[in-house]
Amino acid sequence: MTGFRTLLAKEVLRFWKVSVQTVAAPVLTALLYLVVFAQALEGRMQVYEGVQYTSFLVPGLVMMSVLQNAFANSSSSLTQSKITGNIVFVLLAPISYREFFAAYVLASMVRGLAVGVATLLFAVWFVELRLAHPLWVLAFGLLASALAGALGVVAGVVSEKIDQLAAFQNFVIMPLTFLSGVFYSLHSLPAFWRGLSHANPFFYMVDGFRYGFFGASDFAPTASLAVVAASFFVISFASLWLLRSGYRLRH
Amino acid sequence: MEKHYGKGSGRLRALDGVTLSVAEGEFFGLLGPNGAGKTTLINVIAGLARADAGTASVLGADVTREYRRARQLLGVVPQELVFDPFFTVRETLRLQSGYFGIARNDAWIDEVMHHLDLTARADSNMRALSGGMKRRVLVAQALVHKPPVIVLDEPTAGVDVELRQGLWQFVKRLNRDGHTIVLTTHYLEEAESHCRRIAMLKAGRIVALETTASLLQRFPGADLEEVFLRLTGKAS
Repeated sequence: MTGFRTLLAKEVLRFWKVSVQTVAAPVLTALLYLVVFAQALEGRMQVYEGVQYTSFLVPGLVMMSVLQNAFANSSSSLTQSKITGNIVFVLLAPISYREFFAAYVLASMVRGLAVGVATLLFAVWFVELRLAHPLWVLAFGLLASALAGALGVVAGVVSEKIDQLAAFQNFVIMPLTFLSGVFYSLHSLPAFWRGLSHANPFFYMVDGFRYGFFGASDFAPTASLAVVAASFFVISFASLWLLRSGYRLRH
Repeated sequence: MEKHYGKGSGRLRALDGVTLSVAEGEFFGLLGPNGAGKTTLINVIAGLARADAGTASVLGADVTREYRRARQLLGVVPQELVFDPFFTVRETLRLQSGYFGIARNDAWIDEVMHHLDLTARADSNMRALSGGMKRRVLVAQALVHKPPVIVLDEPTAGVDVELRQGLWQFVKRLNRDGHTIVLTTHYLEEAESHCRRIAMLKAGRIVALETTASLLQRFPGADLEEVFLRLTGKAS
């Protein structure tokens, strides 16, 4: 257990030592989105009864930050360690592939949730926000950050260069988060795009997370949670399978 | 043991039927030109690479089936000058101890740093160290868990004379204390003066495996460098 705990602590320390870049910067980005979109769209759009657009936006932005940062943590740490070669220190140690996976995913969750909580704390300063079902918020927050962390492990193991990782980030993570209903309700979309959004697991995370705040959502929260949990298991399974095979780690 | 890289006609036989055993407490040299398979062999023993055929074990612990025990028994100083730029020397050594399951290891870390002349730089970030200093941290990292078997993959590459001598004194002391040492190096005079037994590899095969003394006797008047060239050079 000490090996696992040390790897987890090291992964948390790694981002904490550069927290201006890994925590403060994404919080600022999320708040900028909030300010700009609120200015542009407040009063022109109402998604749920009695919920202002700015309030509607906050949970989605928080979830987007959680996802992007949890993903960034495991994926960039792994890819960087592989490129610089210092991954060898972990590979030489008596740490199992399951412990390896758990340490990277948990550290990703810590970073994703740290950014999410900080964004939320800043946002409630100037945006009115309800918290109808805190347990749903917690469940979706935890599960979504774990899923993004596990996906980051896959991307980190597969990527051999920074530009490969950037491609993963720009062509997979960004579109999936932007098109997950962060900025709008799926009901406002044409049927085709609505159908397509239902195939995006990130949509269920945003929608379920939002339910925790407003008690209203596009999709039933239990069904969303089931989709997110199933996605998490599939990605974790793929990630564990990769790690067990030693793919691009133990040649 | 067999290890291939790539497929089809471009397939490289990095290890081609290597069978080798090193006795406990031995100071053993693994020599060969670049690309002979030395590092591949070390990587298989360390679990960093997987053999396509055959097995490897450290003091009886199979490196795949009993990887935890095998890795606990083994300390590897990698050839590449790798480091984690996020941490200081002491943090690096504490983390490495933790990876090996040792939560509080400061007494031993201090001792290792003292012997490797690292104490003054304990709180320096790894980025700030010279190449030779980084090399010494790599040696220290390999020793945090007091492994009975120590593998040094070209530990003196790019290291100045003074440092090299300090390193050898320390390694010889470890060997006297009962540690098994496996060394690869391109400085053959180092192998000649330190290793009791030597294996020479060429293109993934063992071309010589005997004591240093008997290897030198085979070619009267030659030093190890000449022996090496005759056994592993293109002419042989």
